[in-house]
Amino acid sequence: MADIRSEFVGIKSPNPFWLASAPPTDKAYNVERAFRAGWGGVVWKTLGEEGPPVVNVNGPRYGAIWGADRRLLGLNNIELITDRDLYVNLREIKQVKKDWPDRAVVVSLMVPCEEDAWKAILPLVEETGADGIELNFGCPHGMSERGMGAAVGQVPEYVEMVVRWCKANTRMPVITKLTPNITDIRKPARAAHAGGTDAVSLINTINSITSVNLDTFSPEPSIDGKGTHGGYCGPAVKPIALSMVSEIARDAECAGLPISAIGGITTWRDAAEFIAMGAGNVQVCTAAMTYGFKIVQEMISGLENWMDAKGHATLADFTGRAVANVTDWQFLNLNYVTKARIDQEKCISCGRCHIACEDTSHQAITQTVNGKRMFEVIEAECVGCNLCVNVCPVEDCISMVPLSPGSLDERTKEPVHAEYANWTTHPNNPMAKTAAE
Amino acid sequence: MTRLKDGIAPGRLSAAQYRDNFSDLHPPLDDHEALVAADRCYFCHDAPCMNACPTSIDIPLFIREIATGNPLGSAKTIFDQNILGGMCARVCPTEQLCEEVCVRETAEGKPVEIGRLQRYATDTAMAVNAQFFLRAPATGKKIAVVGAGPAGLACAHRLAMNGHEVEIFEAKKKSGGLNEYGIATYKTVDGFAQAEVNYVTAIGGITIHNAKSLGRDFKLADLTSDYDAVFLGMGLGGVNALDAKGEDAKGVADAVDFIADLRQAKDLGKLAIGRRVVVIGGGMTAIDAAIQSKLLGAEEVTICYRRGAEAMKASRYEQELAASKGVTIRHWLAPKRIHDKKGKLRTIELEYTEVRNGKLKGSGETIEIACDQVFKAIGQMLVADDLGVGGRLELERGKIRIDKEGCTSLAGVWAGGDCSSTGDDLTVSAVAQGRDAAESIHRALAG
Repeated sequence: MADIRSEFVGIKSPNPFWLASAPPTDKAYNVERAFRAGWGGVVWKTLGEEGPPVVNVNGPRYGAIWGADRRLLGLNNIELITDRDLYVNLREIKQVKKDWPDRAVVVSLMVPCEEDAWKAILPLVEETGADGIELNFGCPHGMSERGMGAAVGQVPEYVEMVVRWCKANTRMPVITKLTPNITDIRKPARAAHAGGTDAVSLINTINSITSVNLDTFSPEPSIDGKGTHGGYCGPAVKPIALSMVSEIARDAECAGLPISAIGGITTWRDAAEFIAMGAGNVQVCTAAMTYGFKIVQEMISGLENWMDAKGHATLADFTGRAVANVTDWQFLNLNYVTKARIDQEKCISCGRCHIACEDTSHQAITQTVNGKRMFEVIEAECVGCNLCVNVCPVEDCISMVPLSPGSLDERTKEPVHAEYANWTTHPNNPMAKTAAE
Repeated sequence: MTRLKDGIAPGRLSAAQYRDNFSDLHPPLDDHEALVAADRCYFCHDAPCMNACPTSIDIPLFIREIATGNPLGSAKTIFDQNILGGMCARVCPTEQLCEEVCVRETAEGKPVEIGRLQRYATDTAMAVNAQFFLRAPATGKKIAVVGAGPAGLACAHRLAMNGHEVEIFEAKKKSGGLNEYGIATYKTVDGFAQAEVNYVTAIGGITIHNAKSLGRDFKLADLTSDYDAVFLGMGLGGVNALDAKGEDAKGVADAVDFIADLRQAKDLGKLAIGRRVVVIGGGMTAIDAAIQSKLLGAEEVTICYRRGAEAMKASRYEQELAASKGVTIRHWLAPKRIHDKKGKLRTIELEYTEVRNGKLKGSGETIEIACDQVFKAIGQMLVADDLGVGGRLELERGKIRIDKEGCTSLAGVWAGGDCSSTGDDLTVSAVAQGRDAAESIHRALAG
């Protein structure tokens, strides 16, 4: 059986599945339920500085979008950091860590952008025996209006400065949580790295309004007729998170910087993909908020079974294996030619591949063959775009098959070349680099 | 004990049992169920379901309109093609039409519930009497329609929409045709047939004269001389004979009359039914009569059909429904003789049949099945005498011959539905023929 024990910036956990800092980790009651269910660790919901706790809205905090059968695809929230007393949280953290020594307990923090504020809170957290801290530079709503959360995360200089303060004032590992509400995710990652962070975690939630109520014309979630942007998360954001993780994983300046991946991780498969993309572990929130803590059982067994099937004995065996395969568009092989193939045995004749191709792509799929309803690829028109695969409701019914070198591409009437060639040397590229003679 | 009383007797069940037995066969989908069911539709291109529908309803579109919270738009999509979409949603053999070819039937053996979704949309619109069609400016043309059944109503509605005035002559006291008199009670509860007649005629320009029968109260020639066009959609008024000895005995009845009596009964407890009932036939009427005999409290109900299961006109689904209600279906049996004594049926004697050289033959061996009551359901026929045939109105295999436009051999006379040569016993086909004949009449009158 595969060994899925995880060690992330020195923090050990029985598996790589942590619960992200969020409502599921706001108090001991929830965290203990999570640990009983099998979660490897938690990042405790963000603590603020000592004083009167923050106040949340008393109306709806969450909005959502759904797919077919009302499956939750995306969730957004306007909840703030913990609204419980700082010392209650600290006492509970200490007790939970004592009761669950094999699990990771990391504490998320957000205090004003002043060194004294950080100096004040760090010893309090250290005293609990927690394994590390995560700096919440990502929260995009509410706290950012007060100069915290994303307001810090969007300014790389502030990120570096705060990380430096923390590193100077605690022995605990520091994980810097990044906001995706920024153009180039590498900038704050590099800044955190320069400040000495032990790791980055990403993505925090994305600025979003889930819908507009067409009766009241107020954004959702709506508080007395008004709404504000909230943080978007859930399955819908996974591709964005995966891309941002890859950007950092393959950035030379961030080389070796551990990454805790967050963003729409819902199944073992999502987790494996993020780990392959360079993540040391993963953090989950929306999937748990949608289905409860039990999903971690599927995640554990799914990951183990896949690793066994692939011969990966430990997480290290496949960590980062996808990173080198992420490249820039200009380096993609233009001599790689694929054509769609429809498995007529699996085809249920819905015609969606045809209409998608006919209306919006390259008119490369028939509707009738010899007068009968039949969907076949017209190779002379097929550009290999993959749209038909994506709209087909049957798994593995349509596949993209690479043409072997030497065979004829019916569309271009050119033979397929075996050698790799990309845009940088393409004759149509005015900036093409000519080979040095 | 009333339940097991021999002979033909009323009141075999309690009031509660009658109520349960004759309630809605498929209860309507509620909002949530409709959304879940609609989500399963793949919005196919040139959808097989749509092509299988005799009225060509744009099924993917109406289902998408349900899924997106637009049931009125959905109803309009349905009514555009089929103004009797509400009844068709209840009575169409969807398992042989749209749902049979649904790609999710292909994929998973479980089609999208098209019929029930159609009912959801049409019920929603009819509950608020949402009328979607305006009449074109008056043309001054008057058209006579014979029969207020599915074909006649669909024809009248489309004619009225095109600006014509329509007068319908209906032989029965109530309008609706087989929707009112011929369909099993549990398929159309709560007076839906009449509600639909009112919904269809609400467009205006349609006058219905009830209890006016062609042949008895007026002649076809009266109509052709008084109206700009005539549409014949009177269905099939006659019932085929069994060709069995003793079929005039008391206790032998036409299944269509039994079903009509049942539909019109105010108190099912007063409707007499045999303890042992035999139904002769293999179509929907046989199934409806047999199931409802059972539901009225008959102890044993047997359908006897002269060919095998695959030849039955009733769909496999309907056959299974009958079996699930406790009806026994026996194949390869043809009625020979009815045995009665002192005015009471005792048995029906049937001959085993087989196919020899491609023809159905009796084998000579017989069986007797004990029965108190026999229903004949071996098909209906056109009562040609009513038409005053002998003139130029030609028949084809006993029905009014029509061309693709719905034109009969007589100028100015169109026909459709069961009485026409291309009628196929389905409500939805009758609607399509009535609708299309109306468009043909409109083109002819405009030209």
